[in-house]
Amino acid sequence: MTVKNRMDIVTARVLLVVAALCALAGCGQQTNSDNVITVYTARNEQLIKPLFDQYSKETGVEIRYITDDAGPLLARLKAEGENTPADLFITVDAGFLWQASEVGVLAPVDSQTLLDNIPAPLRSQKNDWYGLSLRARTIVYATDRVKPEDLSTYEALAEAPWNGRLCLRTSKKVYNQSLVATMIKTLGEPEAERIVGGWVKNLATAPYSNDVKAMEAVAAGQCDATIVNTYYFGRLHRDNPDINLAIFWPNQDDRGVHINVSGAGVTKYAKNPEGALKLLEWLSQSEAQYLFAEANQEYPVNPDVKPSEEVQSWGEFKPDSINVEAAGRLQAEAIKLMDRVGYQ
Amino acid sequence: MFGSASAAPAKRVGRSAPASGVWRLPTYLVAALVLMPLAVIAFSWFDPQPDIWAHLLETQLWRLFKNTVLLLLGVGVIVALLGVSLAWLVATCEFPGRRWLDWGLMLPLAVPPYVLAFVFLGLFDYAGPVNTWARQSLGWEQGFGDVRSPAGVIVVMALVLYPYVYMLARSAFMAQGRELMDAARSLGVSPTRGFFKVALPMARPAIAAGMALALMETLADFGAVSVFNFDTFTTAIYKAWFGFYSLSAAAQLASLLLLVVLLALWGEQAARKGRRTASKSRQHARYQLRGGRAVAASGFCLCVFALAFFIPVCQLVAWTLEHLQDFNPRYWHFVKNSLVLAVLASVVAVTLALLAAFGQRQCPSAGLGFSSRLASLGYALPGSVLAVGILLVLTLIENNLLQPVARWLGVGQVLMGSLLALVLAYVIRFYSVAFGPVQSSLEAIRPSYQEVAQTLGAGRWRILRQVYLPMLRPGILTAALLVLVDTLKEMPATLLLRPFGWDTLAVRIFEMTAEGQWEQAALPAVTLVVVSIMPVVMMIRRSR
Repeated sequence: MTVKNRMDIVTARVLLVVAALCALAGCGQQTNSDNVITVYTARNEQLIKPLFDQYSKETGVEIRYITDDAGPLLARLKAEGENTPADLFITVDAGFLWQASEVGVLAPVDSQTLLDNIPAPLRSQKNDWYGLSLRARTIVYATDRVKPEDLSTYEALAEAPWNGRLCLRTSKKVYNQSLVATMIKTLGEPEAERIVGGWVKNLATAPYSNDVKAMEAVAAGQCDATIVNTYYFGRLHRDNPDINLAIFWPNQDDRGVHINVSGAGVTKYAKNPEGALKLLEWLSQSEAQYLFAEANQEYPVNPDVKPSEEVQSWGEFKPDSINVEAAGRLQAEAIKLMDRVGYQ
Repeated sequence: MFGSASAAPAKRVGRSAPASGVWRLPTYLVAALVLMPLAVIAFSWFDPQPDIWAHLLETQLWRLFKNTVLLLLGVGVIVALLGVSLAWLVATCEFPGRRWLDWGLMLPLAVPPYVLAFVFLGLFDYAGPVNTWARQSLGWEQGFGDVRSPAGVIVVMALVLYPYVYMLARSAFMAQGRELMDAARSLGVSPTRGFFKVALPMARPAIAAGMALALMETLADFGAVSVFNFDTFTTAIYKAWFGFYSLSAAAQLASLLLLVVLLALWGEQAARKGRRTASKSRQHARYQLRGGRAVAASGFCLCVFALAFFIPVCQLVAWTLEHLQDFNPRYWHFVKNSLVLAVLASVVAVTLALLAAFGQRQCPSAGLGFSSRLASLGYALPGSVLAVGILLVLTLIENNLLQPVARWLGVGQVLMGSLLALVLAYVIRFYSVAFGPVQSSLEAIRPSYQEVAQTLGAGRWRILRQVYLPMLRPGILTAALLVLVDTLKEMPATLLLRPFGWDTLAVRIFEMTAEGQWEQAALPAVTLVVVSIMPVVMMIRRSR
């Protein structure tokens, strides 16, 4: 083999490797055009994909997306900076929406449609994110052991009659952090700490890692009541309509039931901001609102839209009217409080 | 196979012929790859978070430290006991069912820890079928007690992680052959004493390597412990990140974790020093167990197999049957994506591991050894933290180096959201899984082969291709398949860095479990287990 031959082979190999790397790196990655909207979503794929499909069918606009937890997605948005391909950021929990707004990855938008469709407590005061569905975190109790008259408020679950009868989900879940954050906001920190401490004393068992497990423990008799998001109850109830559990709406004579939102905002460096805004407006309108909420047995944020019949059958309730942003602002305080009283 | 190493050949090779520095490049390359995200994580200390630290120190860290140590001790002891005893039985004894248990006992490797955790919780928690039965039929007020205890989480982690020790120890015991034990016994040593005095010390490097993998994975685990709501050090990392919105504090905590792992790796290195020469007989007769002993051996292996694999998979299949409507043609895409990614990752990781290990043999130096230690750190970080570290490095490269060119060409992001980025992430995470087996099988090859080849005028590339590669096949295969299975199970980096549309089975599991739909996660979980079993079975066939 001559030297030249060998060099040729080496060159060919190098070229081959470069070509392979190029293919891997997606040299063919398309740039954003007006006909593509790119979404980073922390709301589950199975809850959001039907709506994307519907939108694409109606408008011919293609939607591409990746799903992940809100934390990593936010880190990615922030790191990518002005090069991000994302046009719209969708997540669950007002705390994360507030955080996205704080780190400056969202852009304020000017849209009368959104202001008309979404009530003020359920959107950002800076107009950079909007709630799209509403979830209530309420009390679920065992119908064979508890009478609704025995229940009144979240606070009452901290009192002596509930000793050894309460189950809770872990304090590491953001839903509980938001609940405690709004309690700090309305009741003040010392009172909130007393109440959460009372819950911990009344626990029948160590906190569960999710709402469904906590409800199953109530149904099985390990404890008599728990605090969960209503759609988890809906899911359990759908699988087992005869289950010995029911929903109770607490605090109807004062601040109301704790609510939270899933929502979305247009990103600051969107490549297709008009497209993203159109999608956001479409999501706030009646038809999409019904589907958005119904997919997960949640409540629409648009007051003109009724929830699904199944959700309506749980009864009407008065929601807490505090702006859900408070949950984000006080989240760190809430976690510290829960750590202090030993709520794991 | 690995573990069956001969005396370190380093010095003799170094003397034979000076190698060019080119052979050091692979090690430095991988070390640099791994070090970049780690450096980003360490840089977090420039953004002090006194408030969060004060809070964590006051209320959390002591408890989390105790929990973490308890978990590591528990998992370490059980993994060692299970792994070594099963490996010894299977490698040196004959009893009913041994032939299929030999590979059956490796299968739990295909079950992701978080999957086994949610299956165990489903079966054994207060409202689960076992405890309900105990309360209703036996009349025990509390059933068998709550599985959500430190013991519960330790057992779950140990059941998915013992195969690392089992596989490595099994190869080591097999390579030892029987002559040594026979020689020991002819000197009047009892079988028990022979095991502890002869067989076990010789298998020590292999066992230590397996333990290191198992413990690093325990330390990095977030999925299984959070299903059990068992707070460990990783809990604090996630709390700082998701709760206090401080990625810096999370990274600071993670860098402490790295310190611990460095110590552990140093420990493993020390254990490896005790290496002794092994005889390389492949054929050997097994001790024939009879009567009660045979029953006990079969029963023990069967119990472990049932708990770690058979029962959980049955439960998953039962759940899958309830949710069959979830199956759609997209599943073929998920399977295809998972496999493509896993194969790419394992080819790249093993190639790098091979080049690095070979390079270290050609021109050994202390710096090289240290770099290669560093390169294995990626495995010990919680997946999400490492994923974000990699993300930060990739976006730095993207924004500062690639974008100026890309904008000129009129294209969007080049590296981010590409397959290359994801494959790099896998390599960074799983490099140590590939390096271990390759290195230990390389060490088992006598340096004289190379010396002969060199005398005959063969260059180093040719020696690697024609002398080493054929002899390294079992080790390379083990490495490739371990990386393959680990990549299939990997979740956080896949989620964060995958290109649009590249959803995998692990992503599918995430979609279901994120909102607590454990039963619906069974379909992708079962598919994942089935897809991972194929390479595990292949690996076993080859290693016979």
